[in-house]
Amino acid sequence: MMGEEQNVLEIKDLKSYFFTEKGVAKAVDGVNITIPKGKIIGLVGESGCGKSMTARSIMGLLKYPGKIAGGHILFEGKDLVGLSERELRKICGNDISMIFQEPMTSLNPVLKVGHQVRETLLVHDHTIGKDEARKKVIEMFQKVGIPEAEKRYDSYPHELSGGLRQRVMIAMAMICKPHLLIADEPTTALDVTIEAQILRLMKQLRDETGTSVLIITHNLGVVAEICDYVYVMYAGKIVEQAPTCELFDHTAHPYTQGLMASIPRIGRNPERLHTIPGVVPNLLHLPQGCTFCTRCEFAEEQCRQEKPKLCQVGEEHWSACFRNEDGFCLSEG
Amino acid sequence: MTFHKKKEIIESLEKGGIAAKKAENTQELLSQVGEKDGILEKLARMCRQNKLAAISALVILLIILASVFAPVIAPYGEAEQDVINRLQAPSLIHPFGTDELGRDVFSRILYGSRVSLVIGILPSVLALVIGIILGLLAGYLGGKTDVIIMRIADIMLSIPSLLLAMVIMYTLGSSTINLFLALSMINWASVARVVRSQTLSLKESEYVEAARSIGVSKWKIMMRHILPNCIPSLIVLFTLEVPSSILSESSLSFLGIGVQPPAASWGLMVNQAKQFLFTQPWLCLAPCISIMVVVLAFNFLGDGLRDVLDPYMKNG
Amino acid sequence: MSKEKEILLRAEGVYKEFPTAKKDQKVHAVNGVNLAIYQGETLALVGESGCGKSTLGRTLIHMLPVTDGVITFHDQEISSMDEKTFRPLRPKMQMIFQDPYASLDPRMTVRDIIAEPLETYHVCKSREETTERVLQLMKAVGVPAEFQNRYPHQFSGGQRQRIGIARAIALQPELIVCDEPVSALDVSVQSQVLNLLKDLQKEYGLTYLFIGHDLSVINFIADRICVMFLGNICEIASKEELYAKPLHPYTEFLMDAIPKADPHLRGEHRKMLTGEIPSPVNVPSGCCFRTRCPYATELCAKQKPELKKVGGRYVACHHAEAVTA
Repeated sequence: MMGEEQNVLEIKDLKSYFFTEKGVAKAVDGVNITIPKGKIIGLVGESGCGKSMTARSIMGLLKYPGKIAGGHILFEGKDLVGLSERELRKICGNDISMIFQEPMTSLNPVLKVGHQVRETLLVHDHTIGKDEARKKVIEMFQKVGIPEAEKRYDSYPHELSGGLRQRVMIAMAMICKPHLLIADEPTTALDVTIEAQILRLMKQLRDETGTSVLIITHNLGVVAEICDYVYVMYAGKIVEQAPTCELFDHTAHPYTQGLMASIPRIGRNPERLHTIPGVVPNLLHLPQGCTFCTRCEFAEEQCRQEKPKLCQVGEEHWSACFRNEDGFCLSEG
Repeated sequence: MTFHKKKEIIESLEKGGIAAKKAENTQELLSQVGEKDGILEKLARMCRQNKLAAISALVILLIILASVFAPVIAPYGEAEQDVINRLQAPSLIHPFGTDELGRDVFSRILYGSRVSLVIGILPSVLALVIGIILGLLAGYLGGKTDVIIMRIADIMLSIPSLLLAMVIMYTLGSSTINLFLALSMINWASVARVVRSQTLSLKESEYVEAARSIGVSKWKIMMRHILPNCIPSLIVLFTLEVPSSILSESSLSFLGIGVQPPAASWGLMVNQAKQFLFTQPWLCLAPCISIMVVVLAFNFLGDGLRDVLDPYMKNG
Repeated sequence: MSKEKEILLRAEGVYKEFPTAKKDQKVHAVNGVNLAIYQGETLALVGESGCGKSTLGRTLIHMLPVTDGVITFHDQEISSMDEKTFRPLRPKMQMIFQDPYASLDPRMTVRDIIAEPLETYHVCKSREETTERVLQLMKAVGVPAEFQNRYPHQFSGGQRQRIGIARAIALQPELIVCDEPVSALDVSVQSQVLNLLKDLQKEYGLTYLFIGHDLSVINFIADRICVMFLGNICEIASKEELYAKPLHPYTEFLMDAIPKADPHLRGEHRKMLTGEIPSPVNVPSGCCFRTRCPYATELCAKQKPELKKVGGRYVACHHAEAVTA
């Protein structure tokens, strides 16, 4: 059955809301994401756009007062929404793993890193013995490029540098051979030279194991570097999605265009950088029409009144803007 | 039991500074949607979420009002004797009965609440002031100042507080003023420790560095940037100091070295009633229950305040 | 071109050490740095985390005492001054911080935050005058005046950073140390703040020491770039020269490692640094970069390379000519 599965994960019309005293904050509002087998998918957006909340929804890690208010998350055909905590834990960790931005906070400071990784393995595979598990962990450490893996097995997290810690996290995430790896800003806390190493490692692991990867980032450089397909998120909605090269070459949505133009690039020396005016709207008081209309230089009356739908503008390239609406559009929902 | 709880909360307050960063992260989304309010709104939220704290606040308010207006409310005087009607059981005329000299227990409880509240609040304020100053100095200046102040505080904390208070009272003699001093002496150390640990983490914060970078003096940094940011923890701490002072006062008065007769104090009343424990139990029960209600009310209020005021304590 | 300009701040042989828990060990954060900042320029300090760039920036403006070395500001030696004698110079040297969430006191209003430097130095005669000046500053950095009584948490990261900038320029400084001012901001906001910094520099004739790790940001803002590794300066060059051709191997790797925002330039072929940054407690002998450097020879282990002049620029590598030839 597995082999025929085309998509590892399908998120359908996901709605994750925060029910605060001041109203409902729609952190994720009707998001559709498809992750095919063996692909690296990027989810880009600014802070507060709901990208991390999407990942947390998949893992069932939404914190109070956040709740999944609607939609489906199909993992290999099985809906994760509405599963019991126990069933969800069985899948998350075994078949879906997650790595976080700050590796220090996700590792227990009083336990040796080797033991922590072994623990993960033992919890999910009862048949394996402790010695064999240790061997496997060291093997994994070597695979993720930890030098002197035998020695590092007995290190404590604080004895490792940020880059090594993130490698340990990746080892921990990959040891159960997950079908999907979710990486939430995996390189944001790291230096550029280490970032390059980690990105290369993730790509290499994908090539070797066929694991699908969902990378959540705000850095378009990271996206350009390793993603196959990209979703751009703004204020809880997907505004544009396209294969990476297509997205960079034929940017369709005004928001994505603004983002692209805002990045300072080496080789170009403009006097001033392009800016997107204004700030991300408050999730409690989103504009009635297009969520981007308050900052968009092309905004018209229609944009303020109606919400644009995702429309096809190129091969596998969709954009949610009235300016792109000549092409085929998805129906509402 | 309450002491144990207090210790636990003080420890969590001390650790709080370190956990601050983490808590901020999870708060990020909430703060982005403007989910952060002023102190008044937080109090309102506490009353809505934590019924126990709201009731406690109400109880404390009532007791304060009752003690202020004791002469108006009390049916009899504080030391008004009526020997013919001594040791009466509770009735409509004497709601809590009368004691061995025929004094009305209800009236004495009302007058006694003045002593308890004053002794609960004043030494706590004094302890807070001493603790804040020493804690700020120790935390901000560091080095030798820190070592000296904190070692003294450690010594204070290592001596059983009641024992210390008894020694002070015996040396200085029993009077209400000395009782103030004794109670402040035993409480400042824990305040200093909390303030110091918060100062240590706040000192490293970027806004204190920013203040240094624009040339603000040390004293001003302590007063303007560090102290105001300790206030939520201090309010919580205060609500915990008050009941422990009340308990200490009761214990000391019970032992006969606190408030002196004929003044009324709940501890003293328990002491005087102990010989009638089996024949006229209400004499004992009335002050005991009063102490319990006040102490519990402050503790519950402290718990509730901690949940809403201290951003570092939020779990999630 | 920069030679005709006046030197604003000069550092000679600056060392900065921090004690560790173990008595016989020290963290060597800055190791003998020689540096000149010219009036009106933007000098960028680039390096990975832990390379000592923030420490150097703070040491230069007297926020941290030097362990050894001489720092002169306008021909006036400041490194040996104590807090009191330095106080009149403090307004000339200000700082902008990395984290816009942590650098503003959460319990002060925007007006009070920006007014604090003015009040500390008694710049204005009355409260009204102070408020007026605050409003001018808010206007200069693009924060609407009606927000003066709001608290920091009611602002977004970009606006908070603007408030921090207003506070830094309040005393009309000559030199501002910008410690990674945009690395905590989103891309769209980052460009707004960078533009603002550039505009303010033009308007007030400011000199920036811009500390950062993102070479593409630095490419936009800097005039000259100083690359640091483990407390040492590897290379100082003008932006054009450095990006055209890095001379130090470390600079080369650093530039190669930046993820380019262009999927057609994917870097499978790129050179990549192996290994991790050595600990600043045990700095390698000789050249501190040699443990990661593919060109390292015996000479590198024996002798520490001096910062040498090569053409119009400076580089600290024994093999600079050979490597990049």
